[in-house]
Amino acid sequence: MSSATDAIKRFSKGPDADGFYGDFGGRFVAETLMPLILELEEAWEWSRTDEAFRQELEGYQRDYIGRATPLYYAERLTEHLGGAKIYFKREDLNHTGAHKINNCIGQILLARKMGKKRIIAETGAGMHGVATATVAARFGMECVIYMGATDIERQQPNVFRMKLLGAEVIPVESGTGTLKDAMNEALRDWVTNVDSTFYLIGTVAGPHPYPAMVRDFQSVIGRETREQILEKEGRLPDTLMACIGGGSNAMGLFHPMLDDESVHMIGVEAAGHGIETGEHAASLNGGEPGVLHGNRTFLLQSDDGQITDAHSVSAGLDYPGIGPEHAWLHTQKRVEYVSITDHEAIEAFKLCCELEGIIPALESAHSLAHLRKIAPDLPGDHLIVLNMSGRGDKDMASVANWLEAHGDTDKLPDTTVEAAEPGRIDDMQPPHDVAKKTGETE
Amino acid sequence: MATRITRRLDALKAEDRAALVTFTMAGDPNYQASLDTLKGLPGAGADIIELGMPFTDPMADGPAIQKAALRALKGQHTQQKTLEMVREFRREDQDTPIVLMGYYNPIYRYGVERFLKDASEAGIDGLIVVDLPPEHDSELCLPAARAGIDFIRLATPTTDDKRLPRVLENTSGFIYYVSVAGVTGAAAPTPEGVEQSITRIRAHTDLPIAVGFGIRSAEQAAAIGRFADAVVVGSALISCIEQADSVDAGTRDVHALVRELSQGVRRARSA
Repeated sequence: MSSATDAIKRFSKGPDADGFYGDFGGRFVAETLMPLILELEEAWEWSRTDEAFRQELEGYQRDYIGRATPLYYAERLTEHLGGAKIYFKREDLNHTGAHKINNCIGQILLARKMGKKRIIAETGAGMHGVATATVAARFGMECVIYMGATDIERQQPNVFRMKLLGAEVIPVESGTGTLKDAMNEALRDWVTNVDSTFYLIGTVAGPHPYPAMVRDFQSVIGRETREQILEKEGRLPDTLMACIGGGSNAMGLFHPMLDDESVHMIGVEAAGHGIETGEHAASLNGGEPGVLHGNRTFLLQSDDGQITDAHSVSAGLDYPGIGPEHAWLHTQKRVEYVSITDHEAIEAFKLCCELEGIIPALESAHSLAHLRKIAPDLPGDHLIVLNMSGRGDKDMASVANWLEAHGDTDKLPDTTVEAAEPGRIDDMQPPHDVAKKTGETE
Repeated sequence: MATRITRRLDALKAEDRAALVTFTMAGDPNYQASLDTLKGLPGAGADIIELGMPFTDPMADGPAIQKAALRALKGQHTQQKTLEMVREFRREDQDTPIVLMGYYNPIYRYGVERFLKDASEAGIDGLIVVDLPPEHDSELCLPAARAGIDFIRLATPTTDDKRLPRVLENTSGFIYYVSVAGVTGAAAPTPEGVEQSITRIRAHTDLPIAVGFGIRSAEQAAAIGRFADAVVVGSALISCIEQADSVDAGTRDVHALVRELSQGVRRARSA
C-alpha cells in the first residue's frame, strides 16, 4: 500500500528522514545548532498532523493574511500576447504585500509552541523581513532582522516598515552586503543565542527541516490554485510559472500539483546582466552543486568552492543558491528552469503596470517576462497560472534607477522617487533620496 | 598505527601538561607570510597546528577569522595552495601534527577522495569541518578515517548526554570542546563552567579533550590547561596579523603570543 502511495507521490514525497531530496538538502550545520534543529523538526512533524494547529493556522490565514487570494484572469495581457489564457495567483494581495507571510505565520506559531521569545530573520528585498517583523509584532516577540547593507540602500521603504513594526534592523557589511551575507550573520546570531532564539528562515533553503517546512506553509498557494482553477475552468492548468530566488513562492505553487503529470511547471531564475556575463543569480542554469547554509544544492561558486556574488536588479532574487527541492526537481527534469535578464524583467514590469493595473514585484516581473516569451505561441485553450508573488511598491526606487540609467526617463519624477511619505519618527529613516544612490545597474 | 596527533598528545600526557593548539589561516595575509608563520609555530611552543582553509562564508566564525579568510582569498589563495604549504612545512618538520579546519564546500568541490589522497600525501593528520555533524559521517568523516586522517568533531554546550555518544562515535585524534555557544573569538568562557563540561564529556570517552573559543591570553590558557588536554587559540593570533604594521611584524607578533601562551599551558598544573 505504501509503495503504491509512493508511486503516486513520485515527486511530492520528499524529503527522506535525513532531509534529502535525492542528493540535495541535508543538515550541514555546526554542532551547536544540531540539537535545536532536531527539536524544530519534531515541532514541525507535530504541526503537520495536529488538528488544532491546522485550525489556528487557517484562522490566521483567513482573518490576518486575507486568504484565500484570488485567481485572477489577466484578460488584457492574454489579449495582448494573443495566445495562452493567463491567470495570476494574487499573492501580492496578501497582508504585507507578498507570499512571504504565509510562511511567517506558520513558523511563528511553531516558535510560540517551542517557547521561544526572540525571532531572528535574514532578508534580501525586505519582504521577508517585513513579514517577520509583522508576525513578531502580532505575537509580541522580540525581532531582529539581518539585512545586507547593499540591500538596505536599495530597499529603504521596507527598512522603514520593519522599524515601524518594532524590529531591530542590523546592517550586514560582510561579503557583498546582500542576502547570503545576511543569512550568514543570522546563523551566527542563532549559534550565539541558541536557547532563546527562533530563526525564521524566509525561503525553502537552509538545513532540514526548513526547506520542507517552508514549502508546507507556502503550499497553501498551490492548494488554493488547484481548487480555484478547477472551479473556473473545470480542469487543471497546463502550465504553472513562478520566479525563483530561494524558491519559496514557486515551491508553494508547484508542490500540490507535482504529481499531476499533465501540469508543466516553469521556474524563472534571475539572469541579471546575462548568464554569459557571470553577473547573474541563476544557480541552476549557471551554478554547480555545493554545500552552503545548511544544505547541498546548486550554488554560484568558483572552481575552488568559493561562493561567488549573485547579481539581480531584484534584491529578492539576489541569492547564490536555490532550495534543494528545486535542485532535485531540476535534475529529475520535472520542472523546467529558465532565466530572465534584468532588462527583460523591467520591460515586463512596465507592461503589467500598463495592461493590468497591477504593479508587480520585480521578482514576479521575471516570471512575467518569460510568460511574454512563451504565451504568444501557445493555443488559446492553454491555461497558464503565473504566481504574482508580490507587489512592486517596494521596487519604485530600483525601477526608477534602472530607467534613469538606461535613458528611459519620460515617467520619472523631477527629483527623487518616494514610495511613501511617512513623517519622520525619531531615528527612523524615511525612504527619501534613494533613487539616485545605489548605482546598481550600469 | 598511532597518528602524529595521538603520539603527540600521549607524550604530553606523560609530561602532565596540556597541549597548545594554534589556529592560523592559510594564505593570511599572503602565502609566503602565512608559511613563515607556520614554520615558526613549533619553535614558539605550538604543540599541534590547526591551519584554516579559507572560505567565503564562514558561518560559525566571528569577524577576526572572517576577515582573515577574505584576506587570504583576495590574495588568490586556493585549496591547492593550502596543501602546498603543508608539503613545504613537512620538509622541515615531520613531528608536529597539522589539522586542517574549515567548511565542507571547498573540500566537496575539490572532490572528497582526491582531497583525502592529496591531504594524506601532504602530511595532514586531521580534519575539522564545522558544517559536517555526525548525521553526515558518510560524506567525509568515514572516508577520512579510511585514509588514515583523524576526523575531529566539535562538541558544544548544546550537545547533551543523549547526543554526546553520537558525536563521539566516529571521532578520532581528540574531541574539540567549543566552550561557548557562539562564533569564534566570542566572549571568554568561565573556567569553572568549562571544567564541569569536560568532566561530563570524560564520562563518555577516553579521547583527549581540547577546549577552544574565546581563549586569548596566557592566563586563560593556564586556567583551561589545568584540566583540559589541549587549549586552542585562534582569533587572538589572527588579530595579531590584522593589527600588525607590516607582514613581518604580523608573523613576529604571532610567534611572540604563542610563546606567552605556551608558558601559560606549561605552568597550568605546576602551581
